[in-house]
Amino acid sequence: MSSAPDIRGGRLPSGDYCNAFSDLHAPLDAHEARVAAERCLFCYDAPCVTACPTSIDIPLFIRQIATGNATGAGKTILDSNIFGGMCARVCPTETLCEQACVRNEAEGKPVIIGQLQRHATDAIMASGRQLYKHGAPNGRRIAVVGAGPAGLSCAHKLATLGYDVVVFDKRQKAGGLNEHGIASYKSTNNFAQAEVDWILSIGGIELRCDQALGHDFTLADLRRDFDAVFLGLGLQAANSLGIDAGELRGIEDAVAFIEALRQSADLSKLPIGRRVVVIGGGMTAVDAAVQAKKLGAEEVTIVYRRGAEQMGASRYEQELALTGGVVVRHWARPVAVHGESGVLRSVIFAATAERDGRLVDTGETFELQADQLFKAIGQLFVPQVLEGSSEVLDLDRGRIAVDADRRTSLPDVWAGGDCVAGGRDLTVVAVEDGKQAALSIDRTLQGFVPMAAE
Amino acid sequence: MADLSVNFCGIKSPNPFWLASAPPTDKAYNVERAFRAGWGGVVWKTLGEEGPPVVNVSGPRYGVVHGPDRRVSAFNNIELITDRPLEVNLQEITEMKRRWPDRAIVVSLMVPCEEEAWKRILPRVEATGADGIELNFGCPHGMSERGMGAAVGQVPEYVEMVTRWCKTHSRMPVIVKLTPNITDVRKPAEAAKRGGADAVSLINTINSIVGVDLDLMIPRPHTDRKATHGGMCGPAVKPIALNMVAEIARSPATHGVPISGIGGIETWRDAAEFMALGAGTVQVCTAAMVYGFKIVQEMITGLEAFMDERGYSKVSDFVGAAVPNVTDWQYLNLNYAVKAHIDQDLCIKCGRCHVACEDTSHQAITHLKDGVRHFEVIDEECVGCNLCASICPIENCITMVPLMDEVDRRTGRLVDGSCLNWTQHPNNPQVAKKPLEPLEPAE
Repeated sequence: MSSAPDIRGGRLPSGDYCNAFSDLHAPLDAHEARVAAERCLFCYDAPCVTACPTSIDIPLFIRQIATGNATGAGKTILDSNIFGGMCARVCPTETLCEQACVRNEAEGKPVIIGQLQRHATDAIMASGRQLYKHGAPNGRRIAVVGAGPAGLSCAHKLATLGYDVVVFDKRQKAGGLNEHGIASYKSTNNFAQAEVDWILSIGGIELRCDQALGHDFTLADLRRDFDAVFLGLGLQAANSLGIDAGELRGIEDAVAFIEALRQSADLSKLPIGRRVVVIGGGMTAVDAAVQAKKLGAEEVTIVYRRGAEQMGASRYEQELALTGGVVVRHWARPVAVHGESGVLRSVIFAATAERDGRLVDTGETFELQADQLFKAIGQLFVPQVLEGSSEVLDLDRGRIAVDADRRTSLPDVWAGGDCVAGGRDLTVVAVEDGKQAALSIDRTLQGFVPMAAE
Repeated sequence: MADLSVNFCGIKSPNPFWLASAPPTDKAYNVERAFRAGWGGVVWKTLGEEGPPVVNVSGPRYGVVHGPDRRVSAFNNIELITDRPLEVNLQEITEMKRRWPDRAIVVSLMVPCEEEAWKRILPRVEATGADGIELNFGCPHGMSERGMGAAVGQVPEYVEMVTRWCKTHSRMPVIVKLTPNITDVRKPAEAAKRGGADAVSLINTINSIVGVDLDLMIPRPHTDRKATHGGMCGPAVKPIALNMVAEIARSPATHGVPISGIGGIETWRDAAEFMALGAGTVQVCTAAMVYGFKIVQEMITGLEAFMDERGYSKVSDFVGAAVPNVTDWQYLNLNYAVKAHIDQDLCIKCGRCHVACEDTSHQAITHLKDGVRHFEVIDEECVGCNLCASICPIENCITMVPLMDEVDRRTGRLVDGSCLNWTQHPNNPQVAKKPLEPLEPAE
């Protein structure tokens, strides 16, 4: 791809990369944190806790910050969400805890829960202290597939309960999308790896990288060798644009672009187009577009087939794109690409509209000059990774079907994160899935008999 | 426009806002700035007798209690009376009075409890042209250990004696400053009146330790690894001061003695509250030490606006206006009843009223209605205690609504506007013994 003439690295003066990809929010200092914490009303049965998929005791941790106990606050968070540090950086808090904050009613401004959470979890990381330990070994072994937020959350909880856990990941590095799929300005200073290292350091968890399910081992192998299996597989493939692009260079997956960016040792070597088009309306579209702009692309345009209200990216994320110099065009979908000499030159869009609840073309078209196009129109779960098992996992709408305990249709297999049906494709939901699955595995293997229906 | 000028036991000032005897009034430089800012008067920082001045610590003199956002709720201090030579202070007082003839300058005094000592200093103060003197019988640290300050103020006989000496040896109005570090503030006030005091001022600072440094295990503030108690002041002491002012204002023995109110006054509203309870002037220190002298401009304009709005043309129109409404608990009407009411439009659903009532009071506020967060008073349980309204973060969201001509659903009793206080109540064993006497005594 780098052979295309208008896709190249080094668009910024070399010293500017660091600045461009610096922290999205400067961390709160102790004074800012205290002032912000003092706005919390310590609600009863607080709506923010209800809104948090991992049910962090937010009023308690904020009160701990207000009383100068930031590390205690950090422990309150991590007890509920072992990825509290990353969630503080990537959670769409404006649609979760902060949306529920009663201060919105009072003053139209919530307590800045996400930034306070980062303050507290950073204090733990800075202290270098480990808060958890491998529980007294109970002789049971659990396999976890996928070292992303779901898998590691599950592995960590199981390890604290005394299980020996082996985590398999197809990539070279653990972390899943935290490490590979999130805009780098949300996770600076290699935070994702530091967090993973901290989580793994409790002991009892063996990490095996470069091990892909369906390639290096099968689900049947795991079921044979372990007492239980947790699948945190994520999604494997990008949706197709549905247009014939031939062999044109310059058409790429946004997820792959973000991963390449996150793993790049030298951003100035990362090729980026002069005119970039991103197709899609979610967080990935915004992350790809904003970072393309930061890498020095002159024009970056997000094109989304519906309106701002329907975009998967939150209002805050959309504003982040706009203030980052990205143009957002609504109500259009790509219908064709043009190239010259095997290189992308432009994208043709059909204007769309909603009629009677259905998306239709209005008949108008327009063309955007582009030498690079990123697809950010969602990802797919590829069930082929499960092949080779003697039994078949039930799927639901193309993803793994699970019950409230994250138990699959197989009695010794649990699953969570993006690969299961009904989720919201959020880090914080994946973390909760892993935690709940671990608790369910423990209840099952310890012979816990559920109470009669309450 | 309301007239803020006052004549306080013969001392005139253009407004009732005086700076209390304290660091802000220790020297001409500060007093000049205060008068320029608009303060109506100052009580000059306490002078001691001739001779080598007292020596202050050269370490921290102040401790602090912070509220949210590091707002100062209270100070305490271990500073002594002026540590400048007597003659320097007297010269500066003379000069300031000459430059600012329309402002009140009262001189605070503290000399040993001997008539000769007072006899020596009084003429020298009088010679400055000062408008009056304030006897510092309140300082709770340092000086009290030397038989002065609170050591005098805590013994009513000494208060009376020294006051009488001052009235005997001076023509100046004498204000006796009272210490709150005493069981019944009315006793020294009565003593001051017996001794001929023209007025009392209160409160002086309260014995206190504001906190402990948990790293060093020494209370704050500390001097070379040791700490001592200090005198507490600031907004946190205001309720204590208001009560003491009211006690003196409504006591038959001291009713009518002019009062200069002191204790946590930060705003015009604080000042107006002291005045409503009988203070003819107010004295301020902590707020000035936190924000500077300019706060008096807010106080002056705020009090003017308040008086204009209420139709008070002069300060004396409302000084003491709340005193008749202060009574003893036994005279409160036990037939009166209120119920909390939550304004659902204002409610932000924080749930604090519910948990406060549920955990610590009367289980009288709902949490859920049809499975949804909903906070509503259960009249059958509500005793009208006001806890919910007190802790609600939203002003006027929870109000206390009086019952009238309706049955209190908690007690089943008809609330009809009748009055019954404890002295008349059938549950009072003493009433059962001898059918009652008095209603509230006449003021």
